[in-house]
Amino acid sequence: MADAENARERETTFSRFLLPVLGVLGIVIILVGVRLLADPRAGQNILASIYDLIGNSEGAEALRRGLGDVLLAKIVLAVVALAIGVGGVWMLYSGVSALVGLLNPGLQQRIIPWVFIVPALLLVGIYLVYPTIATILASFTDGTGGDFLRHYRDITAGPFLLIFRNNLIWLIVGTLGSVGLGLLIAGLVDRVRREALAKTFIFLPLAISLVGASVIWRFVYQWRPEGQPQYGLLNAVWTAFGGDPVPWTSTPPGNTFALIVIMIWLQTGFAMVVLSAAIKGVSVEVIEAARLDGANERQTFFQVIVPIIKGSIITVATTIAIVVLKIFDIVYVMTGGRNETDVVANRMFLEMFQFFNDGRAAALATVLFLAVLPIMIINVRNLRRQGIGA
Amino acid sequence: MTAPARSVERGAARSAWRPAFLQRAPVRFAVIAICVLWTLPTLGLFVTSFRNPRDITVTGWWEALLQPFREGQWTLSNYNLVLGTEGMSDAFLNSLIVTIPATVIPITIAAFAAYAFAWIKFPGRSVLFALVVGLLVVPLQMSLIPILRLYSDAGLYGTFLGIWLAHTAFGLPLAIYLLYNFISQLPRDLFESAAIDGATHFQTFMRIVLPLSVPALGAFAIFQFLWVWNDLLVALVFLGVGAEQRVMPAALYQLVGSRGEQWHILTAGAFLTMILPLTVFLVLQRAFVRGILAGSVK
Repeated sequence: MADAENARERETTFSRFLLPVLGVLGIVIILVGVRLLADPRAGQNILASIYDLIGNSEGAEALRRGLGDVLLAKIVLAVVALAIGVGGVWMLYSGVSALVGLLNPGLQQRIIPWVFIVPALLLVGIYLVYPTIATILASFTDGTGGDFLRHYRDITAGPFLLIFRNNLIWLIVGTLGSVGLGLLIAGLVDRVRREALAKTFIFLPLAISLVGASVIWRFVYQWRPEGQPQYGLLNAVWTAFGGDPVPWTSTPPGNTFALIVIMIWLQTGFAMVVLSAAIKGVSVEVIEAARLDGANERQTFFQVIVPIIKGSIITVATTIAIVVLKIFDIVYVMTGGRNETDVVANRMFLEMFQFFNDGRAAALATVLFLAVLPIMIINVRNLRRQGIGA
Repeated sequence: MTAPARSVERGAARSAWRPAFLQRAPVRFAVIAICVLWTLPTLGLFVTSFRNPRDITVTGWWEALLQPFREGQWTLSNYNLVLGTEGMSDAFLNSLIVTIPATVIPITIAAFAAYAFAWIKFPGRSVLFALVVGLLVVPLQMSLIPILRLYSDAGLYGTFLGIWLAHTAFGLPLAIYLLYNFISQLPRDLFESAAIDGATHFQTFMRIVLPLSVPALGAFAIFQFLWVWNDLLVALVFLGVGAEQRVMPAALYQLVGSRGEQWHILTAGAFLTMILPLTVFLVLQRAFVRGILAGSVK
C-alpha cells in the first residue's frame, strides 16, 4: 500500500516538475533545430561543429568549403533530423501539456484542447487554406490590372483545349478501366483457392511509384525501327503476330491510352481489394435466394451482388477519379506532355517552371480544384449514406 | 483477407448445381492469366537489371529467361554503376531522411488533433473539424505557387525541413479523418473511468488512445510512407534536383532524361527505387489492406 503511494507520489513529482522542464527544453530544441535544419547544408555545418569540438579543425574546414566527408555529414544530418523531427514533436506535446498542467484546473480544461489541435490547424492553415485563397486570387489577377479573366481566356483557347480533352479521356477511361477490371477480378478471385496470393500479384503495383511504373512501361513500349530486334515486350508480341513495330508513346491519339494503361495497371489492385471485401460482405443467403430464383452465375453477380455493393463501387470510383484527374508523374516522365499527351497538372508544372507564367498556372490549378470538388461531394454524400464519416 | 476456407465454401455454394471442375477451370485459368499479365512488366524490368548491358538491346529479356545458364549473361555491375557514379546511393539516403520524419510527424500531430476532436469538448469543435476534413478536396497543386514563394522568402527551398513540413501538412486532412473515425469509436467507458481516476488528457492520450489505436496508426503510417517515398511532384517543387538533396523518384526521373535508352542503368535505378516500398508492402500487406478499407469503406 505504502509502496504504491510512494510510487504515485514519485510519479506526481515527475509529472509536476520534470515534465514542464522537459517541455521548455523541447520547445528550445525545436526552435534551435528549425534554425539549424533550415540551411540546405545543415549536415555539413553540424558535422563541422562536431569536428571543431573534438579538435579536428582540418576536417571542419574542409566540410565548410564543401569538401570532406559528405556522406558522413549526411548520416549525421539524418540522425539529428530524426531526433529533432520525431523526438522534438513528442517533447513539444508532452512539455506544453505539462506546462498547462501548472495552471488552475478550470483554465487547463479550456486550454488543453487547443494545445492538441493548434499545431494541426497552423499547418493546414499555412499550407492549404492560405495557398488556396492566394492561388484563386492570383488566377484572377492580371499583371497590368483590370483584366480579371485574362488567364482563363488564355487557358480556354488553342492548345489548352487538347489538354482538357486529354484530362477528360483520362478521367473516363482511367476510372472506368480501373473500377471495371477491379470489379471483374474481385468477382473472379473470390472463387479460386489461392485467393490471397492472386490478389498480391494484382495489388503489388500499388507500392510502386508512378515514376518507377513509368520506367517499367517505357521498357514495355520500347520501339525499334523495323528490322532491328524488338526488345520491348509489346512490340515483340505485336511483330510476332505480323504487325509493323509501333512507337506507342509518340503516336497520337493512341499514346494517351498507352499512358492511361499504366494508371489502370496501378489502380486496379486498389479497386479489387476494396470491392473484394465488399463482395465478401454480401450474405450467402442472398446469393442462395437468387440462385433458387433461377439466376445463373453472371446474373447473380451483376444483378444481385453489384447493386448491393453499389456504395463501395462509388467510393472506389470517386477516389480513383480524383487521383486520375490530378495525374502528373506519368505524363511528365513518359512524354513531358509532347505528342498531344499533355494534361492539366503537367501543363501547370510547365507554366510554373518553364514559361514562368504563375498566373496561368494558378488558373490551371483552380480548374483542377473545381473539377475535383463535385467528385469529392459525391464521395462524401455516398459515405454518409453508408453511415460513415463525420 | 478472409480465410481461404471461407471463399472455397462460398464458391462451392455458388456452383453446387454444376460439376465443379467445369465451373472452376475457366475461372482459375482467367485468374492465372491476369496475374501473369500484371506481373510481366515488372518482371521484365527486374530481369533486365541483372543482364549484361550488351545483351539487353540485342535480345528480349524473355529470351534470357529461356536460357538462364548461358555464360556471362548475368551481372551485378548495373547496380554498382547506378549506386556509384549515378548517385543513387545518395538519393536513397535523402529519401530516407525525407520519408521517416514526414511519416512520423503527421501521425503524431494528427493523433493529438483527432483525440481532441473526438473526446474533448471545446467551442468551435465541429466547425473546425469540418474545415480540416473539408480540406481533403484541395488538390495539392493549389498550394504549390504560394508555398514556393513563401519558401524562397524564408530560405526553406531545398531544405529537408521544408519538405517535411509540406508533406506533413498535405497528409494531415486524411490522417485526421482516418484517425478520428477510429478514435471516436473507442468505448466511452474507457475515457470516463480515466477521468474519474484523475488522468489528464495527455495521460489519457498516451496510456489509452495511443496503445489502442496502433492498428489505425500503423495503417496510416504505411500509407504516408509509400506516398512520401514515391512522390515526385512535391519533391521536384520544394526540394529540387540538386545532387545534395534530390530523392529517389527525382533521381530516377533525371536518369530517364539523361540515360533514356541505356536500359541497364534505367532498370537497375528503377528497381532500386522500388525495393523499400515493395518490401514494406509485402511484409505489412495486411495492415495496408486494413488501412485502405478504413480509408474508403469503413
